[in-house]
Amino acid sequence: MTPLAALLLAPLAGMLLLAATGHRRLGAPLNILVSALTLWAAWALAVQVQREGAFLAGHGYFYIDAFNVWLLLLTAFVGLTTALFSWSYMQHERDHRQIGPTRMRLYHASYQAFVFAMLLAQSTDNLGILWVAMEAATLATVLLVSLYGTPESVEAAWKYFILCGVGIAQALFGSVLVFFAAERVIPNPEDALSWHLLYQHAGQLEPVVLTLAFVFALVGYGTKVGLVPLHNWLPDAHSQGPTPLSAVLSGLLLHVALYAVIRVKMLVDGSLQTPLAGHLLMGFGLVSFLVAALFLHRQKDIKRMYSYSSIEHMGLMTFAFGVGGPLATFAGLLHMTAHSLTKSALFASVGQAIRIAGTQAMAHIRGLIRTQPKVGWALLLGTAAIAGFPPFGVFTGEFLILMATMKTWPRLTGTLLVGLAVAFAGLFRNVQPMVYGAVPEGQHPIRVSVWPVYLHLALVLWLGLSIPPVLAQWFDQATRLISGGSLP
Amino acid sequence: MLQTLSHFEQGIMVLASLVLLTSFLMLGQIRLLLLIKTFAWQGALLALTTALVAADSGQTHLYLSAALTFAIKALLIPWMLHRLIFRLGIPHQEEPLGRPSVVLLSGAALVLFSYSVSAPLIELSSHVTRNTIAISIGVVLVSMLLMVTRHTALAQVVGFMSIENGLFFSAVSATYGMPLVIELGVAFDVLVAAVLFGVFFFQIRESIDDLDVDRMTRLTEADE
Repeated sequence: MTPLAALLLAPLAGMLLLAATGHRRLGAPLNILVSALTLWAAWALAVQVQREGAFLAGHGYFYIDAFNVWLLLLTAFVGLTTALFSWSYMQHERDHRQIGPTRMRLYHASYQAFVFAMLLAQSTDNLGILWVAMEAATLATVLLVSLYGTPESVEAAWKYFILCGVGIAQALFGSVLVFFAAERVIPNPEDALSWHLLYQHAGQLEPVVLTLAFVFALVGYGTKVGLVPLHNWLPDAHSQGPTPLSAVLSGLLLHVALYAVIRVKMLVDGSLQTPLAGHLLMGFGLVSFLVAALFLHRQKDIKRMYSYSSIEHMGLMTFAFGVGGPLATFAGLLHMTAHSLTKSALFASVGQAIRIAGTQAMAHIRGLIRTQPKVGWALLLGTAAIAGFPPFGVFTGEFLILMATMKTWPRLTGTLLVGLAVAFAGLFRNVQPMVYGAVPEGQHPIRVSVWPVYLHLALVLWLGLSIPPVLAQWFDQATRLISGGSLP
Repeated sequence: MLQTLSHFEQGIMVLASLVLLTSFLMLGQIRLLLLIKTFAWQGALLALTTALVAADSGQTHLYLSAALTFAIKALLIPWMLHRLIFRLGIPHQEEPLGRPSVVLLSGAALVLFSYSVSAPLIELSSHVTRNTIAISIGVVLVSMLLMVTRHTALAQVVGFMSIENGLFFSAVSATYGMPLVIELGVAFDVLVAAVLFGVFFFQIRESIDDLDVDRMTRLTEADE
């Protein structure tokens, strides 16, 4: 079996297996085992791409290049660590919130279905299958948002379902338009949605149609990225679902949606030869970044706050890819990696903080460092990392984005700096009393393993101090692919 | 212009306009049961249009799409929704529509808008179906309007599925349909969505004792 086949079949088989056995004691370890197999396959795939370069597979339905191979590896890695975290977390939830066996089965099967959809979306070469996979990712997670069955969670899930469903329908229309433009360039209709063929023939695609297609794709996939004003579902879905779900939504789903936008943008850039698509991304990105930074200040729920922080970072990445050019693109890719690792770790420690305090209301979460230092410090360090403290990787990404902005759009530098400062203040005014502060009576440490969180943070630190040569090479190749130029 | 079109093409135009007509009928329909029936008719007309396009253009794979559409959109999903409203015990529920004339006129405005959006596409296309592109976008937009103006979960789901109808129609009229693999994938997603919606109806009713989604107002950024 090729690594690619193993990568896709492992979660698919895992989904079927867990749909039958997910409620037993074996469910959680099986979930971890399947995720570990997936990671192993992703690793083998990365080695293969490293040796042989980009390749097509599966009758041209799959295309692996430098851009998606590291995203696949990242997805599999975050999938595994979140599965590890979810073992103890879901055990606790099952005992304390009366989650029956049916729901545990649903949880584990949906988890693998979600990972499968993410991996399929990133590995496919076909824009139509990309859409089907993105929609499948929504369908796989929508019942997880309402897993607890509270009125709030049902409301959040309904919002998520309807807004993302209608949003992503726009992206399907965008794909139809791409197909329409491709038909007169690529003779065989079966190949006309194949991304790598479209990329080769991008110059011949009709610009008017591609512009329309990009607008629809941006609105569609942008809904899932969480771009303002299409972000309404995001804080609700993140705050009401189980915490491992918040970790994979923020750490993976948003980035995969952005990946889809960038793939379409690459086609549009080739067809238009104007920066229109980039300008649209910059506009949406900057607005999302600023609005989310302001909203950080008025949050009362800890998970809502960190989901606004996700919108803020997704806005910044979208902005970076919109600025274009090698430096901004490189920064965007680095920021994507760092944010994915940091945010999934952060949600894991948020989950542990919620278990210690017994509430999601930030006003009642106090004294975490004194109660259980390893959880408190994880939350503090994670927040420092996500807020852009040097020397974490997020800082490097933000710094490079600022540099690129200064070069090409000097007037926007001030706006970005103010936004970063506002976001920074918003996070720390809330986190500081939660980790320090007096310990409420009757607050006890919990049995928990925090090493996956620290592993993520260590990787983010490594990214900030020195990017490993292999990763740097991938980033460089991906940068060349997306921006058409390489770093000096 | 009509003289230059063959009988097949005239038939396609007539059926396409009937599909749009069903969209407007749904927009003004206040009884849930009839809403579902109209939706089923839309699916059936869509399947018939697709079959005609297949006969006229010689694209045989479109026959399969037409059969799939008929099975899913005209039979299976309406039957599921129909069964659901009986199981929920609300077969005769009506949903009053505030200002029906404004809603219907906005629908007409949206159709005009879709003609202006699709003008560049129609110019580029050489398919017999090019004149129906605007109608398909119109179906999508009118269905969105349906979702916005309704408060019950069931009517919103009908709107959602009708958007899918419009998108499918746009693929047929702009490009003679997407490749089969993708159409199967989309159909699979739509089916899963329909099943999940069914689960949600019960969850929503359990949590708010009603299917009026406007009453779900617990999660908001506004200060209490």
